[in-house]
Amino acid sequence: MVYRIANRKAPAALVATALGVGSLVLAPLAYLLLRALQAEPAQLGSILFRAQNLELFLNTLWLVAGVVVFTTLLALPLAWLTTRSNLRGKRLFTLLFALPVVVPGYVGAYALLASTGPGGLLEALTQVAWPRPSGYWGSLFALTLFTYPYLFLNLRTAFLGLDPSLEESARSLGVGGLEAFGKVVLPQLRPALYAGWLLVGLHALGDFGVVSLMRYPTFSYAVYLQYSASFDRIYAAWLALMLLSFTVGLLYLESRFLRGLSLSRVARGASRKQALIPLGAWRPWAYLFAAVVVMLSLVGPVLSILFWTRQFPFDSSFALLEGLYNSARASLPAALLATLLALPVAYLGVRYPGPFSRMVERTAYLGFATPPLAFALALIFFSLRGVPALYQTLALLVLAYALHFLAEAIGPVRAALYQTPPKLEEAARSLGSGALEAFLRASFPLIRRGVLASVALVFLSCLKELPLTFLLSPVGYNTLATRVWGYTSEAMFAEAAPFALLIVLLSGLFMGMLLAQDKS
Amino acid sequence: MTREPLAEKTLLEVQGLSKRYLADAPAVVNNLSFSISESEVFALLGPSGCGKTTLLRLIAGFERPDAGEVYVQGVPMGRLPPEKRSIGFVFQDYALFPHLSVWQNVAFGLRRLPSRERRQGALEVLNLVGLTVFQDRKPHQLSGGQQQRVALARAIAPGPKLVLLDEPFSSLDAGLRQATRDEVRALLKSRGIGAVLVTHDQEEALSFADRLGVMRAGSIEQTGTPEEVYGNPKTPFVAQFLGRTNLVAGEAKGRQVETPLGCLALSQEAYGPVLLSLRPEGIGLEAGTEAEILAREFKGHDLTLRVSFLGREYLVQESPTCPFYVGDRVRLVVRASAVVVGRGTPERVKADSRA
Repeated sequence: MVYRIANRKAPAALVATALGVGSLVLAPLAYLLLRALQAEPAQLGSILFRAQNLELFLNTLWLVAGVVVFTTLLALPLAWLTTRSNLRGKRLFTLLFALPVVVPGYVGAYALLASTGPGGLLEALTQVAWPRPSGYWGSLFALTLFTYPYLFLNLRTAFLGLDPSLEESARSLGVGGLEAFGKVVLPQLRPALYAGWLLVGLHALGDFGVVSLMRYPTFSYAVYLQYSASFDRIYAAWLALMLLSFTVGLLYLESRFLRGLSLSRVARGASRKQALIPLGAWRPWAYLFAAVVVMLSLVGPVLSILFWTRQFPFDSSFALLEGLYNSARASLPAALLATLLALPVAYLGVRYPGPFSRMVERTAYLGFATPPLAFALALIFFSLRGVPALYQTLALLVLAYALHFLAEAIGPVRAALYQTPPKLEEAARSLGSGALEAFLRASFPLIRRGVLASVALVFLSCLKELPLTFLLSPVGYNTLATRVWGYTSEAMFAEAAPFALLIVLLSGLFMGMLLAQDKS
Repeated sequence: MTREPLAEKTLLEVQGLSKRYLADAPAVVNNLSFSISESEVFALLGPSGCGKTTLLRLIAGFERPDAGEVYVQGVPMGRLPPEKRSIGFVFQDYALFPHLSVWQNVAFGLRRLPSRERRQGALEVLNLVGLTVFQDRKPHQLSGGQQQRVALARAIAPGPKLVLLDEPFSSLDAGLRQATRDEVRALLKSRGIGAVLVTHDQEEALSFADRLGVMRAGSIEQTGTPEEVYGNPKTPFVAQFLGRTNLVAGEAKGRQVETPLGCLALSQEAYGPVLLSLRPEGIGLEAGTEAEILAREFKGHDLTLRVSFLGREYLVQESPTCPFYVGDRVRLVVRASAVVVGRGTPERVKADSRA
């Protein structure tokens, strides 16, 4: 059951807190804009109209478009196979197709680079050195293989929610097979497709690990180069802004496409189950397709990591412990902080829905959608100007993680709050508890699971996060993620392997925990 | 506990309370006033959507009024938050804390006490509702009636002078409802706690309350003891909402009134065109020719008949031994005096009663 109170004014303290959280996310971005506008008009012209910008723009555009197309080519058939066809082992396949989300892009790129080339896993197996992927196709390959699960999961849910009678009525009207799919099914999948494309597109846009390892110049990579190599701050700020406007454009496109689309779901628990479509002679091909995807996105990378881990010089085990410790030391406080900040935002959205609460929530999502490099740069400028003592401290890294992943923390907390009747807090208040005490004593115990899920989710994301860590961590502060990237960029695959293995194992563990909690 | 005998001190006073949720929608509570005295049990009766729950929430402080004031023991509540009002509240579906045991629920409001005394206090109140054996259970392990008693125990544990009850018996099945009602009333009375109960069940209001108010569209149409309001409804709405009645137009001439049923006695003096309420139990049947029985509804302890007379239908309540059946010709005999529920021509009165 879902509980809501409409048309009620939120307490001023709550509004102020939520507003504070929202401005924490917005302030660095606003400062980024301010900073970029400091350029002299003449200088501005030379910054804006560089041929390099157009190249970066086109490169970024091609990458995003390519990733959207190729993830769809993987996710759409796979989602159909695991929901509508009579493929056997659907549950196992669903799990296998969803699992690559635990492999961060840069680990995926590592696996691709480490399994090819001289000394790679493929050479060990085939006695031939395979060419190393790089540039556009390398980036596209890595991003497609490790982001398609987002689209797959969205489409799967949509397929399961379809009303079978619509397709049946199309058939009764003489429209069958592929034509019915195109005319009836596909239009109903549109909201899920757009949402999935947005997720995948934002990933490709914000990605730094893959494009830097594959040496493919996009906005993200250029921001990094400007910042780390030549340190032209104003140009870096402008590049970050261009990246940001790309993001805003993507968000706008999505909302534009979604407008006018009825998002109302078909009544849940439809009376009849959808009839499964027999694969017939296609069955072997379906299994082959599924097997290739699983091989490339899961088995191959894991084997490659294990292959190299065997060659790891174990006298550097200390670095492994240090990386793990550093990752946890930044991620845990960030996860707790993000959840703490998410509580007032989620509470406002659930108990006092309205334009204001929606705006605060959207701000949090904007922080999440902002490419991490742009966000990191904004925070660097902001801290250097506002609180210079914060620059190059762990505190700033924790804050960056928390603000960037705030949106992830809001989800589970909000879902749990929807299940908690507001009457309990009213009962507490009629028994003498103040507003905050009523929340803590009456509602908080009931949303504890949601809060834990938020903490786990953000912890996992921080653990995997590369670009924010890269730009904001104190000098010499190495985490699992920065070690994987650092060693890989120098082709030290054996040194990188155990770090990559640890990331994948920890991600898998947390993912399993979250899924198990969902079920119980 | 000693109580001052018959000291009619005002416990709760509501003055000109108004509340609207949307600027362009009609007020949910409209300039409403009433008061109750100490340890009085007051019922607000009205159809769903008449604003009675909103009124209760305004008194509790969960909602802010647009205008008007609530006084508890003479103290204006103003913008005081609910936790500062010392008013107990029993919710329709009880709103027991699912993560706390029964005794912890009851002890929730005893927060200023050291833990041992909290438990002691909670158990004392639980004893009053006869649930000490269930003290360590969780709410979902109790039956509906038991949950309802825990909710009441929780509300009265901090010792409020006033308890608000929002349709507290509506989720109990019929058999349990009467017994629980009697227990709750006895408990409130024994502790001298005043109560405002909100309900749409007229039988509940009549049997539970010392006094009741009939609400309609955000206003109270009439207040009084159950006997007064039932026997002397002031408006057609009250007459129809509290039990069944026959609304009859007539021409009043002092203590008498000319109606299609003949010249009847009036309960109070009136002149000119009036609308009258005649309760079914005030009309009897005799053998005759002028009226015909249309329907017969046997209910065991009594019998309700629908009778057609001069092109109109009347409800008549007779003893179960009444010998007439559908199709029989009879004569209507009015035994009670008619009550004036509206003045003016029937058309105007009708329009008023719809407004």
